[in-house]
Amino acid sequence: MFNRQIAAFAVALALLLAACTPAPKGGAATQSASGAEQPQPGGTLTFIVNAVPPSFDGHRETTFALLHPVAPFYSTLYKFDPSDLTKVIPDVAAAMPEFSADKLSATIKLRTDVKFHDGTKMTSDDIVATYQKIIFPPTGVLSPRAGAYAAVESISNPAPDSVVFKLKYPSASFATNLASPWNFIYSAAKLKTDIHWYEKNVLGTGPFTYVSYTAGQEWVGKKFPDYFAKDKSGVQLPYLDGYKALIITDANAEVNAIRSKQAAIEFRGFTPQQRDTLSSALGTSLAIQEAPWICVNYVVPNTKKPPFDDVRVRQALTLAIDRYAGSTALQKITIVKDVGGLMRPKGPFAQADADLQKIAGFGTDGAANKAKAKQLLADAGQSNLTFKFLNRNITTPYEPVALFVLDQWKQIGINATHDVKETSAYQADLRAGNFEVALDFNCDFLDEPDLQLAKFWSASGLGKGLNFAYYDDATLDKMIDGQSRETDPAKRKALVADIEKYAMDTKAYQYPVLWWYRIIPYLNTVRGWRIGSNHYTNQDLETVWLAQK
Amino acid sequence: MRRYVAGRLLLMIPTLIGVAILTFVIMRAVPGDIVALKYAGSPVPQSVIDEERHQLGLDKPMWEQFTDWMGEIARFDLGTSLWTGHSVVEEIQIRLPLSIELAIIATLLAVVIAIPLGVVAAVRQDTWADYAIRLFSIGGLAMPSFWIGLLMVLATITFFGWAPPLVFTAITEDPIANLSQMILPALSVGYRYSAVSMRMTRSTVLEVLREDYVRTARAKGVSESLVVMRHALRNALLPVITVISLEFAFLIGGLVVTEQVFNLNGIGKLLVDAVAHRDYTLIQALVLLLAAVFVLINFVVDMVYVVLDPRIRYS
Amino acid sequence: MTDLANVAVRDSDAVARRRYLESTGPRRFARFWGEFIRRRPLGTAGAALIIVMLLTAALADRIAPYDPTAFNFADLLQGPSLQHLLGTDPFGRDVFTRIVYGSRTALLVGFTASFVGCTLGLVLGVIGAYMGGRVDQLIQRLMDVLLSFPLIVIAIAVVAALGTGEGKIGNVIAAITFPIIPRVARVVRSSALSIVNMPYIEATRAVGSGAVRIMFRHIAPNVFAPYLIMLTAFLGQAILLEASLSFLGLGVFEPTPSWGLMLRGAGMQFLEQAPWLAIAPGVAISLAVFGFNLFGDSLRDALDPRLRTA
Repeated sequence: MFNRQIAAFAVALALLLAACTPAPKGGAATQSASGAEQPQPGGTLTFIVNAVPPSFDGHRETTFALLHPVAPFYSTLYKFDPSDLTKVIPDVAAAMPEFSADKLSATIKLRTDVKFHDGTKMTSDDIVATYQKIIFPPTGVLSPRAGAYAAVESISNPAPDSVVFKLKYPSASFATNLASPWNFIYSAAKLKTDIHWYEKNVLGTGPFTYVSYTAGQEWVGKKFPDYFAKDKSGVQLPYLDGYKALIITDANAEVNAIRSKQAAIEFRGFTPQQRDTLSSALGTSLAIQEAPWICVNYVVPNTKKPPFDDVRVRQALTLAIDRYAGSTALQKITIVKDVGGLMRPKGPFAQADADLQKIAGFGTDGAANKAKAKQLLADAGQSNLTFKFLNRNITTPYEPVALFVLDQWKQIGINATHDVKETSAYQADLRAGNFEVALDFNCDFLDEPDLQLAKFWSASGLGKGLNFAYYDDATLDKMIDGQSRETDPAKRKALVADIEKYAMDTKAYQYPVLWWYRIIPYLNTVRGWRIGSNHYTNQDLETVWLAQK
Repeated sequence: MRRYVAGRLLLMIPTLIGVAILTFVIMRAVPGDIVALKYAGSPVPQSVIDEERHQLGLDKPMWEQFTDWMGEIARFDLGTSLWTGHSVVEEIQIRLPLSIELAIIATLLAVVIAIPLGVVAAVRQDTWADYAIRLFSIGGLAMPSFWIGLLMVLATITFFGWAPPLVFTAITEDPIANLSQMILPALSVGYRYSAVSMRMTRSTVLEVLREDYVRTARAKGVSESLVVMRHALRNALLPVITVISLEFAFLIGGLVVTEQVFNLNGIGKLLVDAVAHRDYTLIQALVLLLAAVFVLINFVVDMVYVVLDPRIRYS
Repeated sequence: MTDLANVAVRDSDAVARRRYLESTGPRRFARFWGEFIRRRPLGTAGAALIIVMLLTAALADRIAPYDPTAFNFADLLQGPSLQHLLGTDPFGRDVFTRIVYGSRTALLVGFTASFVGCTLGLVLGVIGAYMGGRVDQLIQRLMDVLLSFPLIVIAIAVVAALGTGEGKIGNVIAAITFPIIPRVARVVRSSALSIVNMPYIEATRAVGSGAVRIMFRHIAPNVFAPYLIMLTAFLGQAILLEASLSFLGLGVFEPTPSWGLMLRGAGMQFLEQAPWLAIAPGVAISLAVFGFNLFGDSLRDALDPRLRTA
């Protein structure tokens, strides 16, 4: 009897242990989005958005928190190809724009089969009304990106299916700017009745129609049966029956949502440890896509506050930072990875490694650079440099990046304290110039020097409200303007490289720490979505489908 | 008596006015601008920001903003949220049912746990039962409730692969989904809440058990349990109810961290977001609302005291 | 007869001796604590925890094996081992060291916030009780306003106005002090009210003592018991509040070692890969608050069981 009890206990223990072994890790290989599988229509996609947008109007908002839940309701003139996110393809336009010989006029033919969700047909009037609102907003209407279209002189529509943009000068970025994900096509009729209508209402031409929005909780959209687009085999898009965007602001709750399969994906990005948690919990049910991100943090010394008006001090600050060591360590714990200059590393405008390493702060010999930094400080008479380093109170990735930088500075004898402020107060200090050195950031939807260099214009000129280093430099302004008008890509790249050397090394105005890295773990039933270089484009969910078991 | 009631009612007004003024002054004194925040990190020209500030009425002089707001309050108009443009009433309406429900469930849990345990601890004072219960209750006061909450979530998801539903459904629509969302946060909040109530129960019952009339009842030969139940408890409950009600008043807007951990779309989260956004109208309305709830509950408790304890009526 | 006389002399000697012993301050103090330790085991356990915490904070430099703020990228996220008793955090810093130094932050915040809050509350409560009338009403309204004000708004406001970060602990302390003041004032006021009407206060007033003198030489010492009890109770609560505020990103900030802060960043993000990062600070906070509460409870039982300060 005693033996039988032991045996029973052993069996029970074995079963218990077997049940408790964790699911095998891995199996979460990077997945190609549009595989050779046949898309299956149907299903509702539930995804996570971790912030709440102020209004519904894409023309005036600047946060991804609007694009993720609301972009599926709208179309734009052009967009980025979901299967090759560097290519611009027509959305409601019928073809790419035709430029006149002098490049001062662009004619765009429109599709004739586009309908708004209330059944009315889209015509060129709607395009004109939309772009008038964006480029030439009437008083009381806010359009933060109007400056990107400074080259546009006028918009007109000679026919119901074509629009003409007249430019003041040839612009290298004009065509891609039309693919901006923020330029939702609005109904001219609605805009005429109330130009603010779209701030609180939704009526678009996109693949999904608006069902409901519960503030702070969720958005619901459902398939628009009269959507104009079809896929290559002639199947009408979108594949999904509908979607739900859940608003979840806590990082752990986001992970748990995917882990318990209540949500399938989050389109912004997770940290490496969140990915690992999901990976070990879900095993082969999880897919992961990762890509470099057009987001970066800058160290910004305030040139109006001594001793940061001394270029040697600014150079010392950047030389002290061993970015390569930082990259190796920080990519394990937060969402940064690559070392790069003012343009995204490995992107179309990135310099070759060998060239980048010649710039101050980007050399590979950390110890030598630190010694040089120390020497520069001594020369400037600032061997005991003490200052406050302004930062936002956000954990990812501001905190670890700042701590890393502070530690690097400590190693050359700089006594910098971490001055953390809540975002609102941080913004106030930045805009008032009420800081010594700050950690700034920038995110863009495109590898486009006009966008990434926007912060480098003179502070009292075009850099107003953007350039927090508060310098005025006519030479730099001329260089930036020069590259903006240069239409030959190779020449343009060379001009941008010159700007990088000048702004980060010669003058050491502002310099990036590390570029961000986007990690998207998601349930592998989600197909048809491919990760791009940013979290703004490719969010209309047109090509997304769910693999049913 | 009526004068007492009327007096207490009138006293609520200066308190609320004080809260209103304090909120207004504090928020305006703190640095940070809602418009700059809306466009943080994007190339937005200063003219755009100035225009929006003008639209929101933020460029008016301080005292004018204050009198405008006071006028709105007088008309029971709580205003529009500066962040979303929707009316404040709408924003609050969406979140209020969840917060109220969580407060009620947590209170129920707390009362059900606290009162019996408190009585037992008092009746068996200085025995192991008493020590065990006191340790348990101090645990509720000592452990950070969000830590308990997080560990609970971690435990359920690791061992059962289950996480609470993320979307709030009203209890009338789907009671199971509703309760499964509420149960973990209610437990983590309720533990702390029951600790406070249990300690109060224990100390008042202890006090009452020493009173003469209890001794008389025992001398008369009444059984111990009857002594406790009928004589002691009834008189001991009054301060306990006070404590429970006052704590309840804090629950509505005070569960900020719990709501964050469990991702609940409640009033606490709304308040934190509003303050982070510097959404003045929403903050002012919320703080006033929460203060009104607190003051009202205080008033009700005072009235209950007056009704139940004749000694107070003539003070 | 001589026996009886001897007994009488011996007895009166004994009585006199006992009276002498009981009357001196330090001896009364010692006897009080002796009784406390003997009769109240839970309170003694609490006191022991507090003493351990105080010693840890005082001797942090000796006890802690590593530097709490030095990065060490080679040793990220190590589990507990012989070299690192409680493992390392995402920056390679030793968790045990940070817990030890964290006790300093906790005690600093706890003591300061509790002391300042309770003292201000004491002052306001005594003034209100003694002055009565309009002054009392005004103070009561102010306390009501403070009580009904959500802590989170105060915290964000204080922190936003004054900033956080290294060396700015004062702002967190200021934010935490606010909710303590009205609660203490209320209790002190009701305690003081019972004393204010006593005849001997009348007497001192008749003799010509000024109001301030009466308030602080006669009334305040008599409400010392609830004051002391609330001091210990709110110490624990202050530590908890700091943890909550740090968790929300409104409290102390990196790289200051603080238990609440350790729960926020590393603890919560790495909950599964590195659970020790979340468990260690949580346990530390719980033990600290536990200790203060146990001690405060038993202190109240010992000083005056009729006091209901909960």
